[in-house]
Amino acid sequence: MTERVDQRVPSSRSELDPALVAGAEAFARTWATAVIGSSYVPMTRAEVAEHLQSLTEVLVSALFANPFRTAPGYEIGSRLVEAHFTGTDTLGRTVQLLGDDLLTELGIGVDNRMSSRLAALQGALAAGYARALRERTLAEQEAIRAAVLDARDQAEAALRASEARFRAMFTEAAIGIGIADIEGRILDVNQALQDMLGFSVEEMRQYNIRDLMHPEDSGNVWRLYDQLIAGDCDHYRAEKRFHRADGEQVWTHLTLSLVRDDHGEPQYQVAMIEDVTDRHLLQNRLRYQALHDPLTGLPNRALFLERLGRVFAAAAGVPGRRAGLCYLDLDGFKVINDSLGHDIGDQLLVEVGRRLDHSVSGDGKLVARMGGDEFVILVEGSESTQDIVNVADRVLHELEAPIKIGGHELTVSASIGIVERPLEGTTAADLMRDADITLYWAKADGKSRWALYNPERNAREVARFTLSATMPAALERDEFYVDYQPLVRLADSRITGVEALVRWQHPEFGRLAPDRFIELAEETGLIVPLGRWVLRKACQEGRRWLEEFGDSAPFVSVNLAVRQSRDPELVRDVKRILDECGLPPHHLQLELTESAIMGTADEPLEALRALSDMGVRIAIDDFGTGYSNLAYLKHLPVHELKIAGSFMEGLRAADEEDAVDAQIVSTLVQLAHALGLGVTAEGVETPSQAKRLHRIGCDTGQGWFFARPGRPEDVDHLLRGGL
Amino acid sequence: MVERPGWASGDIDLERPSVARIYDYFLGGAHNFAADRAVANRTLEAMPELRGVVLTNRALLRRMVRHLLDLGVRQFLDLGSGIPTAGNVHEIAHRVDPAAKVVYVDVDAVAVAHGRSLLLEEPNAVALRADVRETKTVLESAEVRSVLDFDQPVAMLMIALLHFVPDSDEPCRIISEYLDPLVPGSYLGISHSGFEEGEEGEGAAEARRTYSSQVAQMTHRTTGEITSLFGDLEVLDPGVVRMPYWHPESPDDVDEASARFPGFAALARKR
Repeated sequence: MTERVDQRVPSSRSELDPALVAGAEAFARTWATAVIGSSYVPMTRAEVAEHLQSLTEVLVSALFANPFRTAPGYEIGSRLVEAHFTGTDTLGRTVQLLGDDLLTELGIGVDNRMSSRLAALQGALAAGYARALRERTLAEQEAIRAAVLDARDQAEAALRASEARFRAMFTEAAIGIGIADIEGRILDVNQALQDMLGFSVEEMRQYNIRDLMHPEDSGNVWRLYDQLIAGDCDHYRAEKRFHRADGEQVWTHLTLSLVRDDHGEPQYQVAMIEDVTDRHLLQNRLRYQALHDPLTGLPNRALFLERLGRVFAAAAGVPGRRAGLCYLDLDGFKVINDSLGHDIGDQLLVEVGRRLDHSVSGDGKLVARMGGDEFVILVEGSESTQDIVNVADRVLHELEAPIKIGGHELTVSASIGIVERPLEGTTAADLMRDADITLYWAKADGKSRWALYNPERNAREVARFTLSATMPAALERDEFYVDYQPLVRLADSRITGVEALVRWQHPEFGRLAPDRFIELAEETGLIVPLGRWVLRKACQEGRRWLEEFGDSAPFVSVNLAVRQSRDPELVRDVKRILDECGLPPHHLQLELTESAIMGTADEPLEALRALSDMGVRIAIDDFGTGYSNLAYLKHLPVHELKIAGSFMEGLRAADEEDAVDAQIVSTLVQLAHALGLGVTAEGVETPSQAKRLHRIGCDTGQGWFFARPGRPEDVDHLLRGGL
Repeated sequence: MVERPGWASGDIDLERPSVARIYDYFLGGAHNFAADRAVANRTLEAMPELRGVVLTNRALLRRMVRHLLDLGVRQFLDLGSGIPTAGNVHEIAHRVDPAAKVVYVDVDAVAVAHGRSLLLEEPNAVALRADVRETKTVLESAEVRSVLDFDQPVAMLMIALLHFVPDSDEPCRIISEYLDPLVPGSYLGISHSGFEEGEEGEGAAEARRTYSSQVAQMTHRTTGEITSLFGDLEVLDPGVVRMPYWHPESPDDVDEASARFPGFAALARKR
């Protein structure tokens, strides 16, 4: 330790001799020059000089002070450090300069006393400087260390806060989070994940990630996992199912991320798992609802069509794959619905659905409700049509047992259209359409049965459909025309009348006989305008004959369809046409079938009476083939019976005569005459038939034997030249 | 996610040399550790004149602050302020006007902690720890917002800072982002280590390499490059010059070595 020194500083510099002051100024300048640059002091050069000047004055005062004290030297050293003359060169240069220059600059002789005082002051200055510097150094070291501690505290506090935030985020997150090492050992899982899977952290830590494999996982999940672990990808998302501790399943959205260490090596894996079970179940339920019929619980049309589409997709490029459809419709369901109410109807459908499902179970078979009382059964991979027929038989059998609903015992039957074929070369739409058509056939064929799709029948139906669709236009385009077949009086072979027979010169199918289109026209209702047209045509022709042949002109006989006979406009139409054509009513005969006349209610009968009263002849066509009420016959406004051609078979030749047919014809003739009616035999083809008919007493004959149906000119020719 | 600044690692490593503490050592301070002094001494061996360069830079700071005070500026944003050692901005400023505002910004946690302890009793000066490259963080910090009034001119100081900002960090963008919220009449003061093309001697190059490898990447720039940092600011007289030539206080402050001084300075005003 150095000697304890007096640090009190003399107060005044004014005591200094002015010469000494000047010397001190000169020294201070030299001093400043010597030390500037040796330390950083935050002062200008002038400020440094000023500062050193005041220190020099202190020094000079001390040099001359009595008693002599070293404290000012100590003070100067200390103040140098205080001004940040901390470079140690400053001290060296200062001490050296004091020794070399100070006394000289002050103009003081160098004596021992002064040298000794100066040396003492130099020492004190050095000691003061060293002590101040040491203290400053220690203080600064202490300050910087304190700063380090502060900084560490702050950083750690920040880190703790940050960690606490992350911890809270981990713990409180609603999403499940799990962390595992790169070997798949589970290190930590948050509460949400524990709740989601039903395992505690401790239990989870027993597991490896691979233990969480689920049989339903897509291959992707684990392929990506391997890539992630290998560091080939940094994260991936997947849909994944987990088993819960309670055995239930959890559907999740999984995001797995790789955490790398500072060197980029895989270190941890972090899984974020979102429970989407509810959403998944809802989706399933919505999908189920979208694809199932709510009443019967059976697959609906959408699901059926989807499945059918898949069957075709699966069969693409696989020759020989077959499938079949049963298109089923309950017979008379509407009646049940209408009479017993929709509630009963619905229950009935439920039971039918149940029975269908019951009778048609197994792989590759699907029962669906298409809507209303229509059901469809899909059989994939059938071997032959017989497979489907078996299914249809089973279904019809299953439906035979009565169904008890709300005290009613209902018997239902169904009609089924069956299509079964190789899938190659056909489409789902074809299959559906053909099954639908076939179902219609089953209905048309009498219900409570199945029908097999038949391409020829379909072709016919298509042709029929085409005809009926084109018929109205054909009428407008004059594709129809009328042929006439003579009606010949057997007594003198004279032509008394002609039957008008409509023909269709079809641009595609050629000449069509009435049997090809009349029935269609009846169905569509076109028979009324067509019949009217034929009537007009025949009447025009009859008028022409009348004009040309006078008394020997034939009457025209025109067929009247059932629908026409019930047309309220019939009488007016006939009258107008007769008037327009100028044909006397007795030159017109209308032919109706037995059933048309017998089955008629009062109103049409009134019409017939009116026509008859008008003078129009009424004939019953094809007599003997229907069921005639013979007692009733005499009250009808009828003039002529036309015996069906089928009875002529037995009158063909003497040796081939069918006694029964002959007897029938004979009886019919007698009956007609008894009622005062004329008789015409149709279908007369041979001379012997004609002869026999004459003998029996039949009035008129019609048939190839006399003349085939022909153009009006042909009739003209016959009228002129005779038969 | 909570964003964690890059420095919040909790890792205050005394073995790692720090720009701020080395600077303090060059200035004769004791706010430094063995690792800092080792690098400083190694650098000094390669480039003995470096201590004088640092002292000159510190003197430039003093001159620039006083100049700005003369220009009437009372707000200072000292970016990359380092250890608050002798001749701090607020000490210089408060000698002229105790109400002058100063915000120190440095990325060095220790320097900032020390600054904060020094400034505990100082209402008009604060220290902020931030990476000056994160301009938004700095400008929106509570320290800057509470101390500086952006309706008044601010002197932004980048003293011995930008040679630690390589071009890849886009120093021009950083500067313009800082200047953006400042009112016209604000200032930007820069001192920057550098040479004109081909001037750098072997010793200086060695010192730079030592510094770059052990402390921080150093980028010397030429006057042209430094001028372009000012963008469209009005660079005040005497322009971008060697540090000793920037408003010397005495003819004695300039000598023949000043012409080759390895650093430049300039002050510019926002129009």
